[in-house]
Amino acid sequence: MARYTVLGAEAIRKKGWWQAHKWLILRRISQIGILLLFMLGPWAGIWILKGNLSSSLLFDVVPMTDPFVFLQMLATGYGAIASEAVTGALIILAFYLLFGGRLFCSWVCPVNLVTDASFWLRRRLDIRTGANFLRNTKYWMLGMVLLVSAVSGTMVYELINPVSILHRGILFGMGVGWLVIAGIFLFDVFVAKRGWCTHLCPMGAFYGLLGKVSPIRVRADDRSKCDDCAECFVVCPEPQIIPAILKGEKKGIPPVILSGECTNCGRCIDICGKEVFHFGLRFDQSKAALSKQEKNAALLKQKL
Amino acid sequence: MSDSTSNKPASKGRRRFLIDSARTACGVGLLGLGIGIYSKSASSMAPMAIRPPGALDEADFLASCTRCGLCVRDCPYNILKLADVGDDVPTGTPYFMARTDPCEMCEDIPCIPVCPTGALDHALTNINDARMGLAVVVDQETCIAFLGLRCEVCFNVCPIRGDAITLDYRHNERSGKHALFIPIVHSDACTGCGLCERACILDEAAIKIFPMHLAKGELGKHYRLGWEKKNEAGESLVTPDQEHRYNLPEGMRYDHTGEGLIFDQANAPAMTTPDAAMQETPFSSNPLDTLKKGIQEAD
Ligand code: SF4
Ligand code: SF4
Ligand code: SF4
Ligand code: SF4
Repeated sequence: MARYTVLGAEAIRKKGWWQAHKWLILRRISQIGILLLFMLGPWAGIWILKGNLSSSLLFDVVPMTDPFVFLQMLATGYGAIASEAVTGALIILAFYLLFGGRLFCSWVCPVNLVTDASFWLRRRLDIRTGANFLRNTKYWMLGMVLLVSAVSGTMVYELINPVSILHRGILFGMGVGWLVIAGIFLFDVFVAKRGWCTHLCPMGAFYGLLGKVSPIRVRADDRSKCDDCAECFVVCPEPQIIPAILKGEKKGIPPVILSGECTNCGRCIDICGKEVFHFGLRFDQSKAALSKQEKNAALLKQKL
Repeated sequence: MSDSTSNKPASKGRRRFLIDSARTACGVGLLGLGIGIYSKSASSMAPMAIRPPGALDEADFLASCTRCGLCVRDCPYNILKLADVGDDVPTGTPYFMARTDPCEMCEDIPCIPVCPTGALDHALTNINDARMGLAVVVDQETCIAFLGLRCEVCFNVCPIRGDAITLDYRHNERSGKHALFIPIVHSDACTGCGLCERACILDEAAIKIFPMHLAKGELGKHYRLGWEKKNEAGESLVTPDQEHRYNLPEGMRYDHTGEGLIFDQANAPAMTTPDAAMQETPFSSNPLDTLKKGIQEAD
């Protein structure tokens, strides 16, 4: 058991600073870049993205609508949805189905900037206490959101959805809304570790469900190199998904993170000095699995 | 956190799982209830907040508007705002305030086609058909037109004056010899754009835009306006109207259209002037006399 002493030190030493922070930096560029693209319009009159994450227009042509918001709209029973919203929701749905559902959480969602900051501060202050939520609370939240939409006939959750409040607030201005965001920040620092994104956010739950089938996944093909430093376990927002993959060789678990809860943030790739992780496809390409597939195919042929 | 894979007996694991689930369900359920109740108060609109043109009725609007702000971005006059948390308008939804930023009634209504969901009804293509609200001259005590001064500013700024707002000439009772130029809004034409409210010269506008449901009364569904039905049918719908007859002395008639009692000169040679006629009327000018007369006769 080779416990790390300084988080990420080994990775920096072995791979250099850039390789040890690559995905983190790219992710921040993506998160802030998307905000900037939206702001270029009001600031400079350059309309690349117009609207906000709930619905937007790319180059004033391509409609995009958040499928989670769209699902709430469906739940309200509102029938006369205009075609732009339908097309837009399908476009975004296809994108996340392809690139990983919770890619939204770590590469797009502005609240992630807040909760990552909370997580950083929590570690700095070495706070270990916390409320005890089930991880699957967020799926209950998702169900609840759709239920209240259906019962009330209005998009009730959008009154308080911190993701839309923050994104809209940054683009269109906000006052009291900052209190909601401050609340989430403090909640994550003092009340529960990774409290909002990992445990409660119904939007994350929704995108997590999409991620269950998306082909782009984090793989751990070199898992035999792992020396149990557990650094990936510390940085991962969903650490419960990692050990089974790293240690699953004997149990025949494929070396790929199939859980939809993985946000495709790539932080585990950065932090690992042994280069165990990399982005790849969900389909199992390990030799063991390939030979198993061949056997199955042979079996199938015999049967036919 | 649930740990059902420990080596406790399976039933204990199941028990733990059930308890954890119940706990989560209760917590989330309570939260849902809270949001539901909050939404009741948070979904009410301040009466001064007006939706953009073409907005569906409020219930459908709150079911369909994604709060994307595309309408806000495409309004060339920048009048639309998205509500902040805690505003008197449901969070994130677009609105405008007529007193400061009225809708300029763009001919091409750019705010509507850009709405991705149809929360702003794409079927609205003529801005004159918009019904964002209704202008109401709420205060006839301060509107200076009612005080006898010439103003008509609200009338003059209305893009569809003559239809949406007209001036009614009335007698000025105070001076006895002047006219009042009273602004009258007509709900069949007013779009509720609010240009008049912004223009009103008072410190606090006397003409204000209200949401339709606050501005308009509504007849009970069972009401039928007899005279209109009669016009539609071209004839009386009940037994034909009886000519009303008074039991008047010879030489007198009664006119229903306003003239009242008429004395037929030819048959009443004794009465020459109307004044004389008034004195000769069989009815006392004091209605009490008539009543008393009934009592006396009963005695
Ligand atoms: S497994 Fe890796 S990529 Fe997935 S959420 Fe955890 S750290 Fe991020
Ligand atoms: S009609 Fe014109 S001024 Fe009025 S809300 Fe729409 S875009 Fe703005
Ligand atoms: S464009 Fe439509 S969906 Fe977007 S904020 Fe305006 S009314 Fe709502
Ligand atoms: S709100 Fe006023 S200005 Fe606008 S249409 Fe009605 S009467 Fe005219």
